[in-house]
Amino acid sequence: MVIGSNVPRIDAHDKATGRTKYTDDLCDQRALIAKIVHSTIAHGYVKSVDISEAEKIPGVIKILTCFDAPDYKFPTAGHPWSVDPSHQDVCDRNLLTSHVRYYGDDVAAVVAEDEVSAVQAVRAIKVEYEELPFVLDAQEAMKEGAPVIHDEHPDNVLKHTDIRRGNYEEAIKEPGLIKVEGWYDTPSVQHCHIENAICFAYQDNEKIVVVTSTQIPHIVRRVCGQALGIPWGNIRVIKPYIGGGFGDKQDVLYEPLCAWLSTQVGGRLVKLECTREETFCNCRVRHAIRSHIISWCRPDGTMVARKLECWSNQGAYASHGHAIAAKGMGAFPQLYPCPNVECDAWTVYTNRQVAGAMRSYGMAQAGFAVEAHSDDICKKLSLDPLEFRRKNLMQKGYVDAFSKNELYDDTFNQCLDKGAAWIDYERKYKEYQNQTGPVRKGIGFAVYWYNTAVWPIALETAGCRMVVNQDGSIQMQVGDTEIGQGADTAFAQMAAETLGLPLHMVHVISCQDTDVTPFGTGAYASRQTYVAGMAIRTCAEALKDRILKTAFRYTRMQPYLMDIKDGNIVRTTDGRVLMSMADLATHSLYDLENSEHLAMERTTQIKSNAYSFGCCFAEVEVDIPMCHVKLLNIINVHDCGRLINPALAKAQVEGGMSMGIGYALSEKMIYDKKTGRLLNGNLLDYKLSTFMDHPHLEAQFVENAEPTSAYGTKALGEPPVVPVAPAIRAAILNATGVALCELPMDPHLLFRRFSEEHLI
Amino acid sequence: MYDISALYEAKTVQEAVDLLTAHPDAIIIAGGSDVLIKIREGRLAGCKLVSIYGIDEMRGVKMEDDGTIRIGSLTSFSHIHADPVIKEHVPVLGEAVNMVGGPQIRAIGTIGGNTCNGVTSADSASTLFAYDAVLEITGPDGKRLVPISEFYTGPGRVALKTGELQTAVLIRKESYEGYHGCYIKYGMRNAMEIATTGCSVNVKLSDDKKTISDIRIGYGVAAPTPIRARSAEAKIKGLPVSPDTRALLGEAVLEDVTPRDSWRASKDFRLHLCSTMAMRAFTGAVRRAGGEIDD
Repeated sequence: MVIGSNVPRIDAHDKATGRTKYTDDLCDQRALIAKIVHSTIAHGYVKSVDISEAEKIPGVIKILTCFDAPDYKFPTAGHPWSVDPSHQDVCDRNLLTSHVRYYGDDVAAVVAEDEVSAVQAVRAIKVEYEELPFVLDAQEAMKEGAPVIHDEHPDNVLKHTDIRRGNYEEAIKEPGLIKVEGWYDTPSVQHCHIENAICFAYQDNEKIVVVTSTQIPHIVRRVCGQALGIPWGNIRVIKPYIGGGFGDKQDVLYEPLCAWLSTQVGGRLVKLECTREETFCNCRVRHAIRSHIISWCRPDGTMVARKLECWSNQGAYASHGHAIAAKGMGAFPQLYPCPNVECDAWTVYTNRQVAGAMRSYGMAQAGFAVEAHSDDICKKLSLDPLEFRRKNLMQKGYVDAFSKNELYDDTFNQCLDKGAAWIDYERKYKEYQNQTGPVRKGIGFAVYWYNTAVWPIALETAGCRMVVNQDGSIQMQVGDTEIGQGADTAFAQMAAETLGLPLHMVHVISCQDTDVTPFGTGAYASRQTYVAGMAIRTCAEALKDRILKTAFRYTRMQPYLMDIKDGNIVRTTDGRVLMSMADLATHSLYDLENSEHLAMERTTQIKSNAYSFGCCFAEVEVDIPMCHVKLLNIINVHDCGRLINPALAKAQVEGGMSMGIGYALSEKMIYDKKTGRLLNGNLLDYKLSTFMDHPHLEAQFVENAEPTSAYGTKALGEPPVVPVAPAIRAAILNATGVALCELPMDPHLLFRRFSEEHLI
Repeated sequence: MYDISALYEAKTVQEAVDLLTAHPDAIIIAGGSDVLIKIREGRLAGCKLVSIYGIDEMRGVKMEDDGTIRIGSLTSFSHIHADPVIKEHVPVLGEAVNMVGGPQIRAIGTIGGNTCNGVTSADSASTLFAYDAVLEITGPDGKRLVPISEFYTGPGRVALKTGELQTAVLIRKESYEGYHGCYIKYGMRNAMEIATTGCSVNVKLSDDKKTISDIRIGYGVAAPTPIRARSAEAKIKGLPVSPDTRALLGEAVLEDVTPRDSWRASKDFRLHLCSTMAMRAFTGAVRRAGGEIDD
């Protein structure tokens, strides 16, 4: 069995030895360098751009301003395009803009022979603005008289959707109900992928070639075409190995601008690489979402009616827009089913930088709000948090009417049992109550809900091509991308399993080239093993069928009497090896009478989806006078279906936990209230958690194979981040009795809250 | 690529003095962990540099005949942390510089650079204040010695004149003998961090370990430059080792510190930290000196 075994990553050796080529490694050193002039106001109009001094700087080739750029509005979200105009992503961006909508917006670009000249020119360009008032908060932006950020949305609301179940207003009239109400705030945070956003572009005959660090090459092609107003087929996008994306690169970033700049310098090679500061300020962030939850409960914890309102801070441009808040809101009535529910979500333009996709896609925000609220209910009603979850969580057999997703197993109890046992939860939970003294311990947990993939909200389609080499090994290409998560290795294991080949006979072509690679929308939604898995299985089964038909020619055995096992054609009736795959491939290709090139390509549309669930348990030590939380122990337990490669799955969970720890305890983007400028857009002032801030990260699994999945898998990439912050919040509550309702729970917040509660 | 208009490399202290005299607008670069960042940010773009990184005579730690510990200004943090003389006589300094940034920064960053860039957050500075360190400065007129408490002239400014460079950090025997200390760095994370506040306390106890014979308290980020909490020291000196003395210390330091409000931390929070950290560092220092004090 190749599936389920801890084979080393197929790219491990090259990555460990530094041989792997990333975008910058592939760029010719003679490339021209592009640098962007970013606005120094948060909102207003560019009146003029004086480039006279900048043009004199030696090495400067071309300076282009917002007044030079073509006026094609384009979307940037890494979503499959919709042929229904009402479901298309919002087109609200230009390559360069004269209407500045956030501090750092792109108003001009310099192309120069080297970086120093380009940066000198950027500094020498003088931009004159007409300043307008700006707004940074989503709810403020919805108020009457707030600055209008896009004329098409005079109330700044990009989108509002709601969910209604039962009758909330009637239900809350039931006598004896206890009302629990809370406000929960999450900050903007950044992905902090190791490799900054980078691309280079050049013209090759009629085509513009863009090499870029992206999760979504086929989508980048479409958007570049839209942005430049040229046929999509005239764009060729190549995606090499990338140094992480976490959703930031599930957006089209500077590829269209770089492609256009190349066309403005005669098609010469132009490289556009974001600095770390630009990655912070000018790429994407996680939406800051404020949630307001009211639950009406009976004294035994039964929830009779619930209300959720949430305001999602979109920033200056639509990007992934309302999809994030909508996903979070969608979880609310499912995770804790309740007969009477009212939910409203608003996604609101503000003059902050643009929010887009980020690992967990709205669920980290909703997960914090919903699970913090669960603990607030338990506190108010004096209920045991574990019993409350066991009683109120979605039960086995639950089916969602819209997605048709089903909970097939007793997953929540299985995960909770495993996590509680490892960390010794029940004993410690009792022991840590009612502590005194400056340093106290606490323990807590939280659960999560996650939808794999995007069906039925959006299209799911995947392509796979397999070509048999002369030695019987295969080349495989899929449109779904390796972004560091180990997809290529999992894909190779799947193909080897279905084809009956040893792993070393499956060669995955990691690089996607939109002129060559079968169509796929890329890596997002934790859908790679689910969606690409179906394309791989469909293609592999068709190829195997063809191989066995070809084998008839040399073995004279009927195809239905044969199979491929461990790289050999075997007769199933007695297990005899008839010939090796190598011999078959060589003979079929070089056959003087019937030369046949064994290859297969299949596209698959996926019309199902799967729930993924799990939990996190955390134990902390809170030093009250020092306003400091030390994480002592932490475990995530996931049911992501069948594990293709348990070691890789564990690594994925560890990375997500690390991201969750930063989200919980230290990370936030800080904006200057006077100017709208991002104050801490660098890796010193932005407190990404480090190796030294983590205890051992324990990852465990409950393996309930997903019935709808080609290989039994479902989402794992994003979910690990979701339950960490609410679990740590619960542990701090257990330790100190203080309920924290915003993230991060950093020393600044602890100082404020401990002061309010008179603990210090 | 860095925007540098000229780079002059000195091989000896004399060459450095000559180059700095000939190019009074040049910036001194040692390990570069501060200067290169400023060039990249544009604050020093297009500058001239005099590199002193190749002056090996400015590296290393040694004990002089009179018991003075001499730390060459180019000695890296990782070297100081591992040095046996430091470990034996001024261990707190080794511990403090081991909290700078991460391993790479500690391998390239120097104690001279840490003090000469004049920032209040330098991890070595508060402990050097607590050890009453003296800085050796070499210039066109030869060498002069400046107590660290007189070296900082304002935020980002130090008492170096044209043509001068800091060549050594000296800690005299009477400043360390019999003293025991504790440095606490408060940060928002456990590595790759600049201090929100730093506090270094050195105590000398009476022979019976019951009385505070002497105390020196150094702070970083409690004022525009690193400081000594002299009024608090005066109040505590001679008092018994006790929780009451510690509580008094926690109050007393508030008269010495003047932290400011910034987006990095509020003034109220920093004041709270100054007090809390002084008490914690005091407890640590007393215990290290062999004294007994309850939490």
